[in-house]
Amino acid sequence: MDVQTLTFIFVGATFALYIVIAIWSRAGNTDDFYVAGGGVSPLANGMATAADWMSAASFISMAGIISFVGRDGSVYLMGWTGGYVLLALLLAPYLRKFGKYTVPDFVGDRYYSNVARIVAVVCVLFVSFTYVAGQMRGVGIVFSRFLEVEITTGVLIGMTIVFFYAVLGGMKGITYTQVAQYCVLIFAFLVPAIFISMLMTGNPVPQIGFGSTLADGSNVYLLDKLDQLSVDLGFGAYTEGNKSTIDIFFITAALMVGTAGLPHVIVRFFTVPKVRDARISAGYALLFIALLYTAAPAVASFARVNLIKTVENAEYKKTPSWFKNWENTNLIAWVDKNQDGKIQYFAGKAFSGKPKFLEMRGSEGERKVENTPTDNSNELYIDRDIMVLANPEIAGLPNWVIALVAAGGLAAALSTAAGLLLVISTSVSHDLLKKIFLKDITDRQELFFARVSAAFAIAIAGYFGIYPPGFVAQVVAFAFGLAAASFFPIIVMGIFSKRMNKEGAISGMITGLFFTASYIIYFKFINPSANSAENWWLGISPEGIGTLGMLFNFIVSNLVSQITAPPPKEIRELVDEIRVPRGAGASYHHIKS
Amino acid sequence: MDKMINSHNSKAKVYWKKNIRIVLSLLAVWFFVSFGMGILLVDVLDNFRIFGFKLGFWMAQQGSIFCFVILIFVYVYRMNKLDHQYGMDEDQDNFVPDDIYRSDKEDQE
Repeated sequence: MDVQTLTFIFVGATFALYIVIAIWSRAGNTDDFYVAGGGVSPLANGMATAADWMSAASFISMAGIISFVGRDGSVYLMGWTGGYVLLALLLAPYLRKFGKYTVPDFVGDRYYSNVARIVAVVCVLFVSFTYVAGQMRGVGIVFSRFLEVEITTGVLIGMTIVFFYAVLGGMKGITYTQVAQYCVLIFAFLVPAIFISMLMTGNPVPQIGFGSTLADGSNVYLLDKLDQLSVDLGFGAYTEGNKSTIDIFFITAALMVGTAGLPHVIVRFFTVPKVRDARISAGYALLFIALLYTAAPAVASFARVNLIKTVENAEYKKTPSWFKNWENTNLIAWVDKNQDGKIQYFAGKAFSGKPKFLEMRGSEGERKVENTPTDNSNELYIDRDIMVLANPEIAGLPNWVIALVAAGGLAAALSTAAGLLLVISTSVSHDLLKKIFLKDITDRQELFFARVSAAFAIAIAGYFGIYPPGFVAQVVAFAFGLAAASFFPIIVMGIFSKRMNKEGAISGMITGLFFTASYIIYFKFINPSANSAENWWLGISPEGIGTLGMLFNFIVSNLVSQITAPPPKEIRELVDEIRVPRGAGASYHHIKS
Repeated sequence: MDKMINSHNSKAKVYWKKNIRIVLSLLAVWFFVSFGMGILLVDVLDNFRIFGFKLGFWMAQQGSIFCFVILIFVYVYRMNKLDHQYGMDEDQDNFVPDDIYRSDKEDQE
């Protein structure tokens, strides 16, 4: 069977599965809708958290980026896993004990202030919308490449599926579909990784194959070979870094702390019955995430070697079909600078900017671009996002593996989108309406509002997926930086310091937000030409500045709280209560009544 | 609820101190394996090799992640033990966990 038919079957089957689960686990009340009734088993919650967390960026883009930047890619590997240690040790158990529905709930109650609650809601909405737009885009790319439908149609299909289970099922529907989606995505990521590891190193475990010798009889280690290939073509050695140590340090820290402060991840720990379950499910979640994250650097290096071997000095006419397919999706471009009909691949850009394709073909049958070629000898443009999706084709794996990867990419994008949409709808119906503007609504009305706002959020996310604003890539730094600089410090202080009061928390949050946002806005939007290491403050890039914002937040909040009145007695008692696991069930019942 | 916490006040204080100590010691390891070995000392460690990996590169791309997973499970084990020692665990609650599941079932019927 051809790839397209197989992809239709795989994608169709997984979508049918998600819908069946959604119908089976639909939500009956707000408790179900917000926290799945608080009765999810830790193992299921671990899987759901892993799927929730691993987005199109983890599945589709990450290995591709690492493949091109080598060791510097470790900021993503460490940054997006190390945050779980912070989450497990500093946040999850205590927030579970607190036992409410959302992050703004905690901020508003702990700091006895609706101002703090509203600042938190604004941050939640901003972070979540930034994120969700990228997911819908990922859905669009997979559809357009593998099913050959328009990106718009692809996004609409994705929206319909998410609408179905997020609006019907709420957290309950999402949790159980995410369990299924985790299984699909991890299978889809590991199967090609295992295949390729076998082909290249003879070792079926990609994590080990990564450090083994090549299977071509040369007895050379894969990474040594890759270093040598990279150096030959003018790229730096793969296992050495280009970024400054201080920047790597700050970016990693911002991603870690940002991960721990992301509302859609935190909220998952409200869904388990006990404090003990919250702790262990963070462990399961990271274990499930690590399965993909330790395979990703291996996949990245395999893909890099394969890519260089396939394209370097190859005749364009004889390139395999994947090369032309991706060229037709605008993600690969080739300019025959020296007119020899062969692809020369070296360090440096083949032309400036993203390719703008013309409606004509060159003498070899390649698609012409209107970009002006640069004067270096590199002739090839490759979008980093295609590496994972194209990897099975580059390695010549069977068609069903290619179809499986498409289904996996969709599972990753949809599961994350659903988790984010739920956080958005909860923020509107619960934090804004129920807690601030319409305090008198019944549970049934609140559930209705939650569904309406979920539907609205899906529509907006879909719009961004179809008409992606040019700034999506730039604002990702925002999402993590802001989560790191705003939520993380005040949640941690809210648990570990009884002295922290509302004045401290609000001023800390605003300082962190304002500092981080202005630094990023300056370098990304106002003066992008100045965005280089010599202009950065202390050599810290906008991606890493959230770490500094977080430190400022800690400092300001502590100073301000020292010179203002301590929090009231009942708040200090609340802190005492969340510090011990005992009575988690009681606090759970407390919110129901 | 509040009365129960107050009567356990001094015990709760010791419990909390021990909790902080566990958290800090594990965070020290967390910092060392990632920021220490994976970033600050990476070039030094690259002089050593395990199989086909330079040690620093391996810590940055894989080793630190394995350590993170182990750290959380160690934390879970030590905290559960501490909870039990100080009578802070949820088994001491009168609360019947089945309650939660029951409300679920009612909705489905």
